[in-house]
Amino acid sequence: MALLEIRDLHVHYGAVHALQGISLEVAAGQIVTLIGANGAGKSTTLRAISGLVRPTRGTLVFDGRPLAGCPPHEIVRRGVAHAPEGRGIFANFTVAENLEIGAFARADRVGAARDRERALELFPRLRERLRQNAGTLSGGEQQMLAIARALVARPRLLLLDEPSLGLAPQVVQTIFGIIRDINAAGTTILLVEQNAHLALQTASYAYVLEVGRPALHGPAAELAASPQVRQAYLGLA
Amino acid sequence: MSAAAHRDGPPAVWAHAWRSGAPLLVAVGVGLLMHFAVQPAVGAFKARVLVDIGINVILAVSLTLVNGFTGQFSIGHAGFMALGGYAAGALSYYGSYQLFGAAAFNGGVLSWTASQGPFHGPWVGGGDLLFVAACLVGGLVAAGAGYLVGLPSLRLRGDYLAIVTLGFGEIVRVVLQSTQTQLSQAAEVAATPWPLLTLKLGGALGFIGLPFYTTLFWVYLAVALTLTVAIRLKRSSYGRAFLAIREDEVAAEALGVHTTRYKVRAFVLAAFLAGVAGALYAHLVGSINAGELGFQKSFEVVIMVVLGGMGSVSGSTLAAIVLTLLPELLRTVTGSVNTYLPPAYELPDLRMIIYSLALILMMILRPQGFFGLREIWDWRVRRRPRPA
Ligand SMILES: Nc1ncnc2c1ncn2[C@@H]1O[C@H](COP(=O)(O)OP(=O)(O)OP(=O)(O)O)[C@@H](O)[C@H]1O
Ligand SMILES: [Mg+2]
Repeated sequence: MALLEIRDLHVHYGAVHALQGISLEVAAGQIVTLIGANGAGKSTTLRAISGLVRPTRGTLVFDGRPLAGCPPHEIVRRGVAHAPEGRGIFANFTVAENLEIGAFARADRVGAARDRERALELFPRLRERLRQNAGTLSGGEQQMLAIARALVARPRLLLLDEPSLGLAPQVVQTIFGIIRDINAAGTTILLVEQNAHLALQTASYAYVLEVGRPALHGPAAELAASPQVRQAYLGLA
Repeated sequence: MSAAAHRDGPPAVWAHAWRSGAPLLVAVGVGLLMHFAVQPAVGAFKARVLVDIGINVILAVSLTLVNGFTGQFSIGHAGFMALGGYAAGALSYYGSYQLFGAAAFNGGVLSWTASQGPFHGPWVGGGDLLFVAACLVGGLVAAGAGYLVGLPSLRLRGDYLAIVTLGFGEIVRVVLQSTQTQLSQAAEVAATPWPLLTLKLGGALGFIGLPFYTTLFWVYLAVALTLTVAIRLKRSSYGRAFLAIREDEVAAEALGVHTTRYKVRAFVLAAFLAGVAGALYAHLVGSINAGELGFQKSFEVVIMVVLGGMGSVSGSTLAAIVLTLLPELLRTVTGSVNTYLPPAYELPDLRMIIYSLALILMMILRPQGFFGLREIWDWRVRRRPRPA
């Protein structure tokens, strides 16, 4: 059974019907990507998974148990970490303090210290800047911090919302390399990306959203080859 | 806690005992110093100003936990102060009748203000215990009210809390001012059960005749403990959760901070401390009147927090000191100016005008307050975040 199963998910923001029946599955150990145009509802899907918005209909099942009605801090404890769009860095905190909040939901200090060490091995630039205010980090470093902070919670499912946003191509390559490493070390990842090309290269399975509705899904390589996706999302003829 | 201490073995137990015991010893030391060294040295008038400063520091630092640490906006702090003062006053006043036969001073040297004359008595009297119990009860009553007010309103977004606390402060004032006439005959008090005594708090005239127990010792004991709690909280991972809520509530929530619970905890702790401040105030003046603890008093405390820097313990402490001294200085200045002016042109009390101007200037020039989130001692250590 899949680690995460979403069936017929609906989300409203007041009168805006942002998600109109999304279904998707994330198998354990995979990288699954969710792509689609601006406003398609990708971030909303992640927010619904981590409990930040309440679905109006549909079911979310994580690791065999429903997430319905679970508040965000419970969902973190059950093993879902969310690196939100725009990073959500605490600008007035140091890098070390940001990581400390990442471990907030954990009771085992020893394990948290080990995972912090592991995250810093993945992002050596952060180790050099532990005592620096997070607000003074470069955009790429802030993105690294957002991912590292999510990792310190030792998630089984990591939700990444546009990790490439606003970063130079080289930094994007570095970060996506690290995302693959994180996955190789056993963390399942649900990746939301604007950069469809990169997302389809990185993921093994992909879902395409079109204004609140699921449009296509399939193995990433197949979608990357499909004429529809090539035209609409990869900008290729 | 005890299980953890057990697992860690004896050294950890001692370290833990030291960590929690040392601040108490230091606080007692500070109180003793203020009482036996500073009080005789500065004289009665300045000692009274020091007591006022201490009480305002407790109020400002406690409000910093809410408005600074968690980034909420509470503007009814005087309401908690009033509740604490009345609850403590009820216990010490009627309790004194029941224990000692009259609402008279029954304490030891630590509760004796030197300006009242030489003291002949024990180090600690039964009245001291009653007074300490009254302060704690005052704090607990205020904390209970804080829970009832905070739980529903802190679930909602920021501005609701401001409206609700504003209303709360006014309701407290009106309710306390409509209590029944207080009893002042020992026989009457003895014949009345406690639930009814708590309704007889003097009404619009205020609750008067409370025994005087508040001295520099008790005030600075409470100040030292308040500062210790606030500073330790800010440095702990627990306190970091408060600050994270203020920085970015959604991100904090996503990282596993139960934001409503933490906001309520900060609010309840702040209410407790304000209640203790009210208890100290009531037993300093020997009376308490809810009419004097209305919006204007709340506003004063808010200004201290805003000027000091939303979230800076040392900043709000400093602001409390300055803003307590300022009216004293102003009074002297306006007083001496007014002696040269015809009565029709005398200067009024300029305090609120100056506070308001200071607040406006601050919002324009330095909206984060003098110290922002920083403390005086880590001024140099951290660099400022790059503007986004
Ligand atoms: N807090 C909100 N209040 C009202 N509407 C919202 C809110 N958040 C999102 N929406 C709307 O919901 C829809 C989906 O938004 P969402 O952020 O999920 O899109 P997205 O796919 O992540 O887009 P992008 O690629 O631009 O980040 C949009 O139409 C958006 O305007
Ligand atoms: Mg988005």
